[in-house]
Amino acid sequence: MTRLTSISALEALRKEIISRRDPARLKVSVCSGTGCRAYDCDKVIDRLKSGISHHGLSEKVEVVTTGCHGFCELGPVMAIYPEGTSYFKIKPEDVEDIINDTLSQGKLVERLLYVDPEGQVQAKERDIPFYKYQNRVVFGNNHYIDPEHIEDYLALDGYCALAACLGGMTPEEVLETVKKANLRGRGGGGFPAGRKWETTRNAPGDVKYVIVNADEGDPGAYMDRSILEGNPHSVLEGMLIGAYAIGAHKGFIYIRQEYPLAVENLNRAIGQMRALGLLGENILGSGFDFEIAVHRGAGAFVSGESSALMSSIEGKVGEPRPKYIRTSISGVHGCPSDLNNVETWANVPIIFNKGVDWFTSIGTEGSKGTKIFSLVGKVNNTGLVEVPMGMTLHDIIFKIGGGIRDGKKFKAVQTGGPSGGVIPEDMLDLPVDFDALTLVGSMMGSGGMIVMDEDTCMVDVARYFLEFLADESCGKCVPCREGITQMLHILKMLCAGKGKPEDIDVLQEVAAMVKECSLCALGQSAPNPVLSSLKYFRAEYEAHVNDKCCPAHVCKELISYHIDPAKCKGCGKCLRNCPVNAISGSKKEPHVIDLDKCTKCDTCFMVCPPKFSAVTKLSGSETLPAV
Amino acid sequence: MSYLLAKVDQIIDGYGAEKEALVQILLDIQHEFRWLSRETLLHTAARLGLPMNHLYNVTTFYKHFSLVPQGRHAVSVCVGTACHVRGAMRLLDRVSQGLRLSPDETSADEKFSLKTVSCLGCCALGPVMVVDGKYMSNPTSNEIAVIVEECE
Repeated sequence: MTRLTSISALEALRKEIISRRDPARLKVSVCSGTGCRAYDCDKVIDRLKSGISHHGLSEKVEVVTTGCHGFCELGPVMAIYPEGTSYFKIKPEDVEDIINDTLSQGKLVERLLYVDPEGQVQAKERDIPFYKYQNRVVFGNNHYIDPEHIEDYLALDGYCALAACLGGMTPEEVLETVKKANLRGRGGGGFPAGRKWETTRNAPGDVKYVIVNADEGDPGAYMDRSILEGNPHSVLEGMLIGAYAIGAHKGFIYIRQEYPLAVENLNRAIGQMRALGLLGENILGSGFDFEIAVHRGAGAFVSGESSALMSSIEGKVGEPRPKYIRTSISGVHGCPSDLNNVETWANVPIIFNKGVDWFTSIGTEGSKGTKIFSLVGKVNNTGLVEVPMGMTLHDIIFKIGGGIRDGKKFKAVQTGGPSGGVIPEDMLDLPVDFDALTLVGSMMGSGGMIVMDEDTCMVDVARYFLEFLADESCGKCVPCREGITQMLHILKMLCAGKGKPEDIDVLQEVAAMVKECSLCALGQSAPNPVLSSLKYFRAEYEAHVNDKCCPAHVCKELISYHIDPAKCKGCGKCLRNCPVNAISGSKKEPHVIDLDKCTKCDTCFMVCPPKFSAVTKLSGSETLPAV
Repeated sequence: MSYLLAKVDQIIDGYGAEKEALVQILLDIQHEFRWLSRETLLHTAARLGLPMNHLYNVTTFYKHFSLVPQGRHAVSVCVGTACHVRGAMRLLDRVSQGLRLSPDETSADEKFSLKTVSCLGCCALGPVMVVDGKYMSNPTSNEIAVIVEECE
């Protein structure tokens, strides 16, 4: 790669890359994101590559190993372009048929196609409901880009927006454009990015920094990871545009070390930028200089908070400080520092490539553009989905997500991670945007969307989030450190059946204190999971306190396992699998669980064949049906 | 100088022995030796001109650092929200029982270390257990026993 010294040289390179590509050549895009890797997609890719060269198809077919496609439920996932034929749940032994039938003769391999809930086979990506109702503005290019090759990004108008900014716009014009687009922060708070940029730009000081917040801490969200793994240049381009508008010449990327693949792809992408002259001095001959340093986080949820993150970049512990002066004015080393989340940065080039009018035509009055959610939990189509702001929760969960697993009943959806709350069924028509979610006691957060069914205990979920937060609270301020601990203690007591009637009131009182008095957003939002579940599912709390009953059969101390003699056929499967030999019974006779020995590990419930479903969980005053 | 400290020096020099790079240096040392021994910490403190209490402050604050040796086989159970609602606590109980270890413990023979992690990004498989990079979706007690057996 030779260093590009002008914008015209970048355009010439882009033309050359495109001209070298044969549009008729089949492009087999195989997802190699974290989800598909867990399904051993590497073996599929190896077989595919060797099979294609073995069959002499290399001229006709190109294999692209890409980042996450989003449809993690059915991985490993493959799409064949230009047609967009999609195959799912591919095993290494399926590859031979894909090569012989589809790649050689254009025939479909029926068994790998998507079958929709009505039983209709859908061969094309665009016809599959999971993709059809999405608007994949930020995430869509993941299908076409091999993150190892900057050429793939350049071929899709990569760095066009940067060239337009450096070549024909003043920093003020760039800033105005982002303000006009009303791009709001995708990391949680939804603060307008343009205003943040402006504060940093106008703050006194010669040295300024821009920072990418890739410390994705929400334990149920992985979209930032998937953007960085699959399309790192989109984030880097956004960052450069922001730096130009702000007048920063150094940037940091703060990324969790738990994301090794994202770190690897990011570092490679930065190396490619440097080689092409998109980083360093006098970028594209514009006179603009910029450098990037990657900083790996060592595991601390609170370090995603802006002041904590910046202290962590300085090599110290990542504890927050009171923010009488914002980090946009005094951040890293006391210099004005602009911090935006991965998804926010990835939106920036799109605003310039497609225009402000186009961008603001998507979304609601107050929230423009799209948002990526990780749609997970008890939903049929687990995966990453990108939808226009304002789509209803119902459409996301039922149209895209395909409804609830195993025919169970929807109970609630949790958004916003540990800082968010649960939203009950009667609010499913809520349009998803920053303001609407905050109004009902939850929040957008980074985009975790955890679907819960009738088998999810709301008290247990509140306990879960508080356990996470108690562990992650840095301990600097008393309200957060002690308040969360006390709330957690009460919730643990409720889950153990040791709750007292006054506990619920105390819980609410402590929650209000923690919300009001904590130093940073971690503490201020920590009571949300408790308060929202209390608001919408109070009866469940009361059942735990008054009846010592967990209606969802989750809280271990409140349930016991039984075998229904009317249903048990004595197959012996539970008996053989029980790790503590608590089950007895002779062949073809109903089995019995010894409750003194039972450790409630759930194994018998899992292994009992669905046609019998003889293992039952009971709680409170519930009894087995009479024989 | 021992091989160990020579390696530590190499890592520190890679970052120009800058104080600011402390977290990055410790991450690399941890990656190399799977834990941070007192010897390596003392050496790092001396090289960077930092007091030991600063190093202990940093190493005990961040989750990833371990001040005790880690087992040869890393076993993690995902306790992210999606895995939690699909029964991660029951899985953790089973794994704990199978390995005879509590989370964050290492067996006496340094064979296994059990950890919990938050969201691995493979929520469709949840609840998930990972043994040395191999993913398993909700294994039963017997399946866990087989895995324990197979590890050297």
